[in-house]
Amino acid sequence: MDAEAAKLIGAGLAAIGAGMAALGVGNVFGSFLESALRNPGAADGQQGRLFIGFAAAELLGLLAFVVSMILIFVA
Amino acid sequence: MAESGKIDPMHQFAIEPMFGTDHLAIGGYNIAFTNSALWMVATVVVLWLFMLGGMKRELIPGRWQVAVETMTGFIDNLLTANVGPAGKKFVPYVFSLFMFILIANLLGMLPLGLVGLHPFTFTSHFTATGVLAIMSFAIVLIVGFWKHGFHFFSLFVPHGTPLPMIPFIFLIELVSFLVRPFSLGLRLFVAMTAGHVLLKVLAGFVINSANAGAGFGLTVGLSSFALMIGISALEMLVAVIQAYVFALLTSLYINDAVNLH
Repeated sequence: MDAEAAKLIGAGLAAIGAGMAALGVGNVFGSFLESALRNPGAADGQQGRLFIGFAAAELLGLLAFVVSMILIFVA
Repeated sequence: MAESGKIDPMHQFAIEPMFGTDHLAIGGYNIAFTNSALWMVATVVVLWLFMLGGMKRELIPGRWQVAVETMTGFIDNLLTANVGPAGKKFVPYVFSLFMFILIANLLGMLPLGLVGLHPFTFTSHFTATGVLAIMSFAIVLIVGFWKHGFHFFSLFVPHGTPLPMIPFIFLIELVSFLVRPFSLGLRLFVAMTAGHVLLKVLAGFVINSANAGAGFGLTVGLSSFALMIGISALEMLVAVIQAYVFALLTSLYINDAVNLH
């Protein structure tokens, strides 16, 4: 396979990571809402943890973006 | 490569020297005043004006003072919740960091391109966000070693670790600690870059489809434009969330340094 073509395929495959991060972020907010609606009184106190979970899940999707950008523009 | 027609979505991130300072140098290093530096100055000016309007310390605050006090109170609460009473000392730093990133992100979203003044989001460069992250990391290291001396290394061995596991846990915790500045800077930089690239790719769709004819322009162009409006709103949200996450993670890392585990 041509090296250029392999790079583009790799960059496209890295987009799978973005979709996986979407699952993760959706899971974070979904679980938060599910439990926040069961106990609304405790919800506000957990917003910090909500965003920590969001940041951790999102970072991996952003890394997938970095991988694809490196493959397209740098490698 | 990575171009839609003639529109290059990465061109918006190009750093260019301004005001004829291309060859300004100190000790062989170029210190040209770039568009990045210009928008950093703009951010500081906006932040300064924002604070100036709200620091009158009136007993009955006006709207502006309430706005400023809401922001300071927000960061104050963040540090009290995450660090405890010892967090008060770090409110000025985390507040400056939060407001600087927030205003920088929002200024970069301004549609000033319509009047020929192209906003530059300097938070979409790892050089800028990396320095902010290194500042936070340096504060964590300095505070940690200042307060606890070499006892700071107990951060890498959680309580109740079985003796044979200590070398492995120490190594893993050390690596995860050292990766922090990278993940902190990378998160902000990539979130801003990705959003702006996405907006410019969609803008390229609008222009190219309009050029391709009325049929393409009305179907592809209009739907891309509607999507752009939605994504612009999402980007506003991301700008706020990323600034908040940066401040939140900084306060968590400071908590590690101040209170160990």
